[in-house]
Amino acid sequence: MADATIIVEGARKKYGGKNGKNALDGLDLTVARGTVHGVLGPNGAGKTTLVRILSTLLRPDSGRVEVAGHDVVRQAYDVRLRIGLLGQHAAVDEELGGRQNLEMFGRLYHLGARHARVRADELLERFGLADTGRKPVKQYSGGMRRRLDLAASLITDPEVLFLDEPTTGLDPRGRAEVWSAVRSLVGGGTTVLLTTQYLEEADQLADRISVVDAGRVIADGTADELKALTGGDRIDVVLRDAGRLGAAAALLPVPKDDVSVDPDRRLLSAPVTDRMAALSGVVRALEEAGIEAEDIALRRPTLDEVFLHLTGREDRVKEAA
Amino acid sequence: MTTYALTDSWTMTRRELAHWARQPVQVVVNLVFPVMLLLMFGYLIGGGRGVQGSYIDYLLPGMLALTMAFGLEGTMIAVTQDLNKGVVDRFRSMPMANGAVLVGRSAADMLQSALALLVLMGVGYALGWRADGGPGAFLGAVGLLLLFRFAMLWIGIHLALVAGKPEMVQAVQILVWPIGFLSNALALPETMPDWLGTVVEWNPMSQTATAVRNLMGGTGTEHVGAAIVWPLLLLAVFFPLAVRRFARLSR
Repeated sequence: MADATIIVEGARKKYGGKNGKNALDGLDLTVARGTVHGVLGPNGAGKTTLVRILSTLLRPDSGRVEVAGHDVVRQAYDVRLRIGLLGQHAAVDEELGGRQNLEMFGRLYHLGARHARVRADELLERFGLADTGRKPVKQYSGGMRRRLDLAASLITDPEVLFLDEPTTGLDPRGRAEVWSAVRSLVGGGTTVLLTTQYLEEADQLADRISVVDAGRVIADGTADELKALTGGDRIDVVLRDAGRLGAAAALLPVPKDDVSVDPDRRLLSAPVTDRMAALSGVVRALEEAGIEAEDIALRRPTLDEVFLHLTGREDRVKEAA
Repeated sequence: MTTYALTDSWTMTRRELAHWARQPVQVVVNLVFPVMLLLMFGYLIGGGRGVQGSYIDYLLPGMLALTMAFGLEGTMIAVTQDLNKGVVDRFRSMPMANGAVLVGRSAADMLQSALALLVLMGVGYALGWRADGGPGAFLGAVGLLLLFRFAMLWIGIHLALVAGKPEMVQAVQILVWPIGFLSNALALPETMPDWLGTVVEWNPMSQTATAVRNLMGGTGTEHVGAAIVWPLLLLAVFFPLAVRRFARLSR
């Protein structure tokens, strides 16, 4: 990719000496300029380690890592001039007010006292924090704190913005606030790398998604490509009588091998392509066969299923079963 | 990058001063605490075993030194809190001078300690303590106290970076008491059992306390050398260790 803003090649990072755990295990990643790239993975997959390396807080043990044309180890200062970071925990001074925080960070970006003040006012206005006055950040709500944190990472209009699980721990309203803020940034040409545990979040915000597990990228593509890979939507059918599971499985509009059966929960689950046709088809077929269903539901694949599918663990589970 | 070292350090110092403005009660409590100790030991506990002459003239320099020693835990708490709150992550991801975070901490703590000395000496004056050694010796004594505090400061920063957990702060908070009292701040080592007296005389804080006593009392410059060498030795060990630890946050 000629116009890549983030290049990671074979990045490795191990914590805690020789016998430590590999947080990154030869991770490769490329992000094109001006795009939003989602990094999706479970806890402990290496997402935060990746962000900390990209934002110069950690050094990789080996591999090449470049951000905005500069090496994160040898040219850390040049990288820092061009990035903004929204970490998992609010990285602002909780004792101080919002304006005090933004002014302080502005000075540390060497904007000069007056410019720092003007910039702080602009950002407070833009993120709906203008009326917080002198209130210390520790009295802010979770959503407000996150917005201030985001404002602090945008003081210099960075070329590249890192968001590490920006909505973890937020209520739906806080989440929507952060999402809309991120969307408005992308229009300005900022390159965004975003980590998340939520498939939906990556789906909403990211142009491309890398799925990370155990310190490596195990799949890469647009949200649609990944969904196709994991089998798209699923239909779940709970029967009244576990004894009819076999008969009901044969009625589902998919090859028998694709149906997973859970006798304990009297549950059948199968991937479907045409949601509505599948739903009405299944309802009718069960009725005709006289099989009583307790519940029938269409749902998107969960993150668990994405991982089970992508890591091939699903097969192992099936074999064991 | 280095051109900003001064302005960044100043910005970080201002941050600490802004914290003071936010918590005036905390600031006052920190200043009153040594005064409380002074009054307690001067009047309630009535120590000063074997002290010739006025106990306040013996006790006050000791309390000044003790206050500097206790500064260690204040530094450690502040650094630990910062490290556990993620704001240091933001500082470290910004194009600012690397050491400014630590310099700001140092400047604010030194200023706080200077204020504490001033308050303690003011109260001492009201209680009848007088510095008879002349202005030069007096300033020298204050210099020794601040030098000792500076050494404590870097030990505090180092401990915070090594331990990094609030639980460890508690352990240190408890430990500074016996270490502070294992000195000649409150009583003469000659009055203690031999082995204890020896330990007490070797405590760097005792050297500072004795030197300050001599300078302020106008009784010579004995122990001044030791009161300079000890803190410098501690600094020679802990300053590079703390700076290295801070740089190694990226490992």
